[in-house]
Amino acid sequence: MTYSFELPLLILLILTAGGAIIVKDLLSAVLILGSYSFFLALVWAWLGAVDVAFVEAVVGAGLATVFFLLTLFNTALKDTIIYRPPPPWSAVLALPALGLLLLYAADDLPAFGDPMSPASTHVAPFYLENALADTETPNVVTAVLMDYRALDTMLETAVIFTSGIACWLVLRRKHT
Amino acid sequence: MIRDGHDSVIVRRSGQFLIPLIQLFGLYVLFFGQYGPGGGFVGGVMLGAGLIGGLLIFGSEARSSAISERILDGDGLGLLIFAGLGGLCLIGGGEFLNYANLQIPGLEEPSRRHLGIIVTQIGVALDITVAAVSIVFSLASVGEQEDD
Repeated sequence: MTYSFELPLLILLILTAGGAIIVKDLLSAVLILGSYSFFLALVWAWLGAVDVAFVEAVVGAGLATVFFLLTLFNTALKDTIIYRPPPPWSAVLALPALGLLLLYAADDLPAFGDPMSPASTHVAPFYLENALADTETPNVVTAVLMDYRALDTMLETAVIFTSGIACWLVLRRKHT
Repeated sequence: MIRDGHDSVIVRRSGQFLIPLIQLFGLYVLFFGQYGPGGGFVGGVMLGAGLIGGLLIFGSEARSSAISERILDGDGLGLLIFAGLGGLCLIGGGEFLNYANLQIPGLEEPSRRHLGIIVTQIGVALDITVAAVSIVFSLASVGEQEDD
């Protein structure tokens, strides 16, 4: 396996994620978060999840940035009030230990693309074999989302509808 | 805040060129979702992003932003299309959202499922477009309270 561009991509991902937390200027933090979403989209595309990469690029880097910016223009651009205390010693000791534990557990995960992993032996073969004949839809992801698992997608649509209504109820003061 | 729009000529000119392109690409992604990556979620967000871009660049008072205000009347319509199609499947004598039970004469079962996927994707896209534009209007209305 070559690490020609995967390793810089992952390093950039961690750098942008840390930078968005550390930086004091909130406007910069929002823009760094947008670039983080862009790098995350590249990682999804590298892993072969093109649909997820598409959503991450459009929603994470585009729409969420616009929402954050609109919120910022109504508040303050600089993070001057929030005081960040230094982390307690217990966190400094416990979090690296937790990270090591997770790395140790990650050793037992099935290899990427392993055909015998639990995720690819349960219902995935049925979908891959029958989706085209059942639904005349070559993109299996769409067939699963919109047909086999349509109830889940309907409830997700309900969640988005509810988010729009909730923003209206909380923020709107006058009728437009 | 979004009432006046942007006053830079460069932003306005590039907006005039880019926004129709974004909308067209959103429609392409929406209807190409069955053959490649994409679908209702991404297509809907792109259509919404085009409308939001128009709002931010040309202002909410501009003639080109009228469609963004009118689209708020369609809140919940997308979910209604999605759930309504499920209800039609119930009426057709089967399970909820089992598109094979849509009683459309002259269509085989896979074609009915194909049609069901297209209709539900349009529903999802409509729902997300309206929600995105609605949230932007809600966020922008916070700053305007002090003017009244």
